[in-house]
Amino acid sequence: MKAHLTRRYHFSASHRLHSAEMPADENVAVYGKCNNPYGHGHNYALEVTVSGPVVKSTGMVCNLADLDDFVQREILQRMDIQNLNMLPDFAATVPTSENLCVVIYEILQRGFHHAHPEKVRLEETMMNSFEYAGGKEVRR
Amino acid sequence: MIYLTRKAEFSASHYYHNPNFTPEENHRIFGKCNNPNGHGHNYTLEVTVKGEVDSRSGFVVDLKQLKETMHFEVLDALDHRFLNKEVPEFRTLIPTTENLAISIWQRLKPKLKTAQLHRVRVYETADLFVDFYGEDSQDSE
Ligand SMILES: [Zn+2]
Repeated sequence: MKAHLTRRYHFSASHRLHSAEMPADENVAVYGKCNNPYGHGHNYALEVTVSGPVVKSTGMVCNLADLDDFVQREILQRMDIQNLNMLPDFAATVPTSENLCVVIYEILQRGFHHAHPEKVRLEETMMNSFEYAGGKEVRR
Repeated sequence: MIYLTRKAEFSASHYYHNPNFTPEENHRIFGKCNNPNGHGHNYTLEVTVKGEVDSRSGFVVDLKQLKETMHFEVLDALDHRFLNKEVPEFRTLIPTTENLAISIWQRLKPKLKTAQLHRVRVYETADLFVDFYGEDSQDSE
């Protein structure tokens, strides 16, 4: 029987929203305060949802320790207390929460094989959240 | 289609152990959760039902009936219990959050009359929850 398991993590990072494809005045118009050249930061909350059959012998979709280790190693250690603009993941894209959501989903998709990565949900602040399920409709 | 979610809370204790595993395997796979004396959580349950709005009542489901069903079928059985010892299905199933969500679904499903069960979500802590959408839910639609 298939179940969906969601784990919530926290990290803090800074970013600056600036697109090399736009002139300076357009960057200011589009990104406003987020275009400040020195950047600014957020406390992000990250929800990772994985799915799969509940394994009879363990009662689990996957061992929580495996998921925690992977997220810790591949995501939190790389992003927590970092400037996102400096990461190779954002060499060619703007580190908006939309793009961050996609980057995190793709890290899971590539490297996490203990269960099926279903969805990433990212809260940038208490007011904004973003969800990405690899292009599929997000399941409610 | 309208979706309606009702929340409830219960507190229970459990431990994780598979009698077919060696003590070492049990310890390696389940870690601290393998302690046979058990430990507890404050669980939060969210039950989501779906259906069309009844034109006379304006309801998808009689909330009172849903509330009572959750009370009799789930909370009375699980709240303030040692799941492994006091809840029949967990004499054999390991009472993980996954199996709790499945068990709650199976307790509610046959008792709900008007609305269709859509999702059972069980929070073990604020940072860990499981969703179950039914036995024949395969793809992520
Ligand atoms: Zn526990």
